[in-house]
Amino acid sequence: MAKKEKIHKQHRALSNAIAYAVLILISIIWLIPFVCIVLQSFRSYITEFGGMVGYLLPKEFSLDSYKWLFSDESQFFRWYGNTLIIAAFISIGQTCMVLMVSYSLSRLRFKLRAVWMRVCLILGMFPGFLTMICLYFLLKQVGLTQAGAIPGLVLIGVASSGMGYYVCKGFMDTIPKTLDEAARIDGASRARIFFTQIIPLSKPIIIYTALTAFMAPWCDYIFASYVAFGYSDSYNVAVALYRWVKTNDYQGYFTRFCAGGVLIAVPITILFMCLQKYYVEGVTGGAVKG
Amino acid sequence: MKKVAGFFKWIGRDIKEIGVTFKEGDWKTKVSFLIMGFGPLMRKCFLRGIGLLAIEILYIWYMVGFGAQYLAKLTTLGTEATYMDLTTFVTVYGDNSFLILLWGLLSVLFTLFFLLIWRVNVRENRNEELRAKEGKAVPTAREDLHQMLDSKFHVTMLALPTLGIFVFMILPILFMICVAFTNYDYNHQPPGKLFTWVGFENFRNLLSFGSDGFGSTFFRVLGWTLIWAFFATFLNYFLGMGVAILINKKGIKFKKMWRTILVMTIAIPQFVSLLYVSKLFANDGLINSYLMKWGVISEYIPFWTNPTLARITIIIINCWVGIPYLMLISTGILMNIPSDLYESAKIDGANGWQMFRKITLPYMLFVTGPYLLTSFTGNINNFNIIYLLSGGGPQSMNLAGSAGSTDLLVTWLYKMTVNETNYAMAAVIGIMVFVVMAVTSLVAYGLLPSVRDEEGFQ
Repeated sequence: MAKKEKIHKQHRALSNAIAYAVLILISIIWLIPFVCIVLQSFRSYITEFGGMVGYLLPKEFSLDSYKWLFSDESQFFRWYGNTLIIAAFISIGQTCMVLMVSYSLSRLRFKLRAVWMRVCLILGMFPGFLTMICLYFLLKQVGLTQAGAIPGLVLIGVASSGMGYYVCKGFMDTIPKTLDEAARIDGASRARIFFTQIIPLSKPIIIYTALTAFMAPWCDYIFASYVAFGYSDSYNVAVALYRWVKTNDYQGYFTRFCAGGVLIAVPITILFMCLQKYYVEGVTGGAVKG
Repeated sequence: MKKVAGFFKWIGRDIKEIGVTFKEGDWKTKVSFLIMGFGPLMRKCFLRGIGLLAIEILYIWYMVGFGAQYLAKLTTLGTEATYMDLTTFVTVYGDNSFLILLWGLLSVLFTLFFLLIWRVNVRENRNEELRAKEGKAVPTAREDLHQMLDSKFHVTMLALPTLGIFVFMILPILFMICVAFTNYDYNHQPPGKLFTWVGFENFRNLLSFGSDGFGSTFFRVLGWTLIWAFFATFLNYFLGMGVAILINKKGIKFKKMWRTILVMTIAIPQFVSLLYVSKLFANDGLINSYLMKWGVISEYIPFWTNPTLARITIIIINCWVGIPYLMLISTGILMNIPSDLYESAKIDGANGWQMFRKITLPYMLFVTGPYLLTSFTGNINNFNIIYLLSGGGPQSMNLAGSAGSTDLLVTWLYKMTVNETNYAMAAVIGIMVFVVMAVTSLVAYGLLPSVRDEEGFQ
């Protein structure tokens, strides 16, 4: 008996060791790109050439790329501000839209409810870029392209965001309906229930919605570059950085791209880590309920 | 068939009701058929009356001042192009097919909406008369407003989202569906050159295998799109589940740290990480130079320039992107599996693999069925990964419409729009994506037990 237990223990120690090895390997693979970006952002622009080189560790540590981003020569902080404004407004607007739609569909029963949901489902099957030229034209008609690209992008980001109600509605479906009924008996109106009962109870999903909405504009390259076409004051960071890497002289801008990437990624990562709990809740809940 | 019959019956009933309203109604109601809101106004129901009247005035104002001229040209999409008179050098402004199609479409939609409101107006009159017959008072403006916050709260809540979806989603999609039936391409750019209706020619073009047809390109891109969606979904799914099980394993310490490391990659904006990774795998990138330096290879590996290798690289890098999400999702679900299931299995002498196959996997598949479907359709439209990593490349001479070997239907659509300015073809591809998505969803709905049973696993 004792012998068997010993074998069992050895077996477990071995399998744990393998598991640790795999986990460490995974962690390295997942972290390598970020380590590389950070290391390369510290390469000197002047003495070591700002393009791509065949080695990872900079020969001498320098802040050249960061200095350049902060200098007047680059508009990086204007673009950074643009993106921040876009992200903040889209985050607020989208959360309101999603909350309104989710509450209506989860709690209220009305004649066109099923039709409304089915139309959203069908619309969601069309690829987003299909409508790009039409949206661009609509924005152009009201003067929200080029110089007005920032409000234009906010408008596009918020306007049809009511369609992304699935996760939020799924969450609201789990709030017991008996709470509503009790409040109804006490004479509360639907609006009152929404503001005083459902919104406080939906805090985790509100944070999740706001967080995902805030993070999306940092990656919006396609539509942003289309709307701001040729007007560099309206660029967001994604458009700017993409141009640095993909245009012909990216060789000179590579370390600057890395430095810019670090400056973007660090605040967002910190924000994300603080709100990680809510994010996990939203993703898990959304997946289970579909 | 039953639904169609029901629909016509419903229309018949509706028309009959309109007739009855007119026949039995008093003169106020009869005037309301022409001047909307007249009846409610006369019956001192001001809020509703003014609202209905305002809609009628707005509609007429829009149509007379703006919409009607475009609506009239909708059948031809314009006949006079804008040109410069060569003797006087004065630009003569003609029609613009784009504007005609867009505003004409809007006019059609407004007209449909107006008819709907007109019907509401008739019913409103009928209801008021019936109430009067029963001796009840008509609702006051105060009551109406209160209703908007209570029994009709959904109208208040959905008004803005619906308006947004209508203007920025439904109108553009309908517009692009119309464009698919025109010849709006590089050679027909208004206002200089007008485009017009061509029927199903673009669809025929897309599916024809001739020298200038898009057939072979389309089916190759479609094939790769489906292969990609399959691998991107299921490889991530099983690998992510594996990582989750590994971290959940008894005796593994620092569970939270391992998870955090993986989750961190979600936080970093994709265009930073993916653009960097795409450079990492470039021919002169870090991976190739280190492998050469260490003497593992003598010539660089063409990660992005060899079609097959590019596809494999993209699928593998996508694992790097997708596994953290799946790890999060499966962790939550794995913890919900009742542990007595495993204990009783252990007593019966089951080993780890058997337990995984008989308990974990069926449970996971049941619960995440809908997620698998949305993830599959999401991957069909996964623009970012392809665009940021390979840009659809490498280009191939065998493919038409500037498509590359790793192009998905969506990235091809994007290239059609931006590089080729062949909007009509882009619209056709967009409709094809819709068809693929709809078919996939329908098939999956038939296969998944948990999708049909919405309440089953709540």
